[in-house]
Amino acid sequence: MVKEVERAGIPVVHMCTVVPISLTVGANRIVPTIAIPHPLGDPKLEPHEEKALRRKLVERALEALETEVEGQTVFEMK
Amino acid sequence: MRGGEQMGKIKVVHYINQFFAGIGGEEKADHRPEVREEVLGPGLALKAGFKDEAEIVATVICGDSYFGENIEEAKKEVLEMVKKYNPDLFIAGPAFNAGRYGVACGTIADAVQNELGIPSLTAMYEENPGADMFKKAVYIVSTKDSAAGMRDAVKKIVPLALKLVKGEEIGSPAEEGYLERGIRKNYFTDKRGSERAVDMLIKKLKGEEFETEFPMPDFDRVPPNPAVKDITKATIAIVTSGGAVPKGNPDHIESSSAQKYGKYDIEGIFDLNPENGETAHGGYDPVYANDDLDRVIPVDVLRELEKEGKIGKLHRYYYSTVGNGTAVANAKKFAEEFSKELVADGVDAVILTST
Repeated sequence: MVKEVERAGIPVVHMCTVVPISLTVGANRIVPTIAIPHPLGDPKLEPHEEKALRRKLVERALEALETEVEGQTVFEMK
Repeated sequence: MRGGEQMGKIKVVHYINQFFAGIGGEEKADHRPEVREEVLGPGLALKAGFKDEAEIVATVICGDSYFGENIEEAKKEVLEMVKKYNPDLFIAGPAFNAGRYGVACGTIADAVQNELGIPSLTAMYEENPGADMFKKAVYIVSTKDSAAGMRDAVKKIVPLALKLVKGEEIGSPAEEGYLERGIRKNYFTDKRGSERAVDMLIKKLKGEEFETEFPMPDFDRVPPNPAVKDITKATIAIVTSGGAVPKGNPDHIESSSAQKYGKYDIEGIFDLNPENGETAHGGYDPVYANDDLDRVIPVDVLRELEKEGKIGKLHRYYYSTVGNGTAVANAKKFAEEFSKELVADGVDAVILTST
């Protein structure tokens, strides 16, 4: 699906946990996430901490969208 | 050559996931690697196939999510376990269309082969992401897309495995039942190339069937689009393969092999919770997503960012399907269709989340 969105001319960032799969399917902007059943969360944290974590991940995704890339690029959490 | 001249049976170590080991389903996908000196799950079918020639001396079990989330550690732990038995052969799977499982099988078969020097093979459906990743590195027997194809898989795994161990010549992918590895083998034939090419062209022009001697690889890479110039003015849309749907899954999106996608209105929704959202995806433990769907599609955070002016706008609709065993052709079709709407609606960028 990532490639079709890209093909339509819309920049897209793939937020996913198993980065090798994302690379194989051809995503160009990738942000690694927390875990398979909760990519943008962590039930072990307190709710406000979890939300803060989610916000950091989304902000990283927005940064990826604002960054020019030549080819496939993984944007790890800083 | 390993195994060829020894007395007694060929020693095999088998790798399977938590489901095929009978430990549990998604709720046990975080199962850490363990080894049992037993034959489990598909191992029983392999054992029957091997008869007296080979025996499974140990089965290594690992949860699919544990492996996927801890690839390096899991690989190390499993390699240690395999090494202990000093087997002549290593078999992982069959994984059929289970994506995490296929990636784990490919990863570990490749590692056992390269780091322990033990002949390895695995088996999975050709659309499994593990197939594209590892078919060049490891022999991957081509299976059907579900465990209904177990017998068919074992029928191909056993003879190929024995050939590998005995160092016998391995035939073509079509003959032996494995996925194309991209290896070219030179051979002599009576007709010269130009003649064969003309024959093929004539067949093509006549509309007759012909078989290419060298299938072109399907690269299908899409170059990245330019970055968003001003994110504070951008309309961002959410797309997901994590199966996020409104409470009750009104469109009945299938939990696996999805035949459709949904377009859902989040106007006025600032937070997802068990009252307004759930997941339809059957390929991961749904408890965390059902408890707080923002863990799959971050609506709460994007609304905050929208309010603060950090993004222009969160697009009113999100698009969702279930990425569990969903045919690549379907996923492509869905995305082709809804991308047209995204463009028409003036969406500037997409955040696509996957589980």
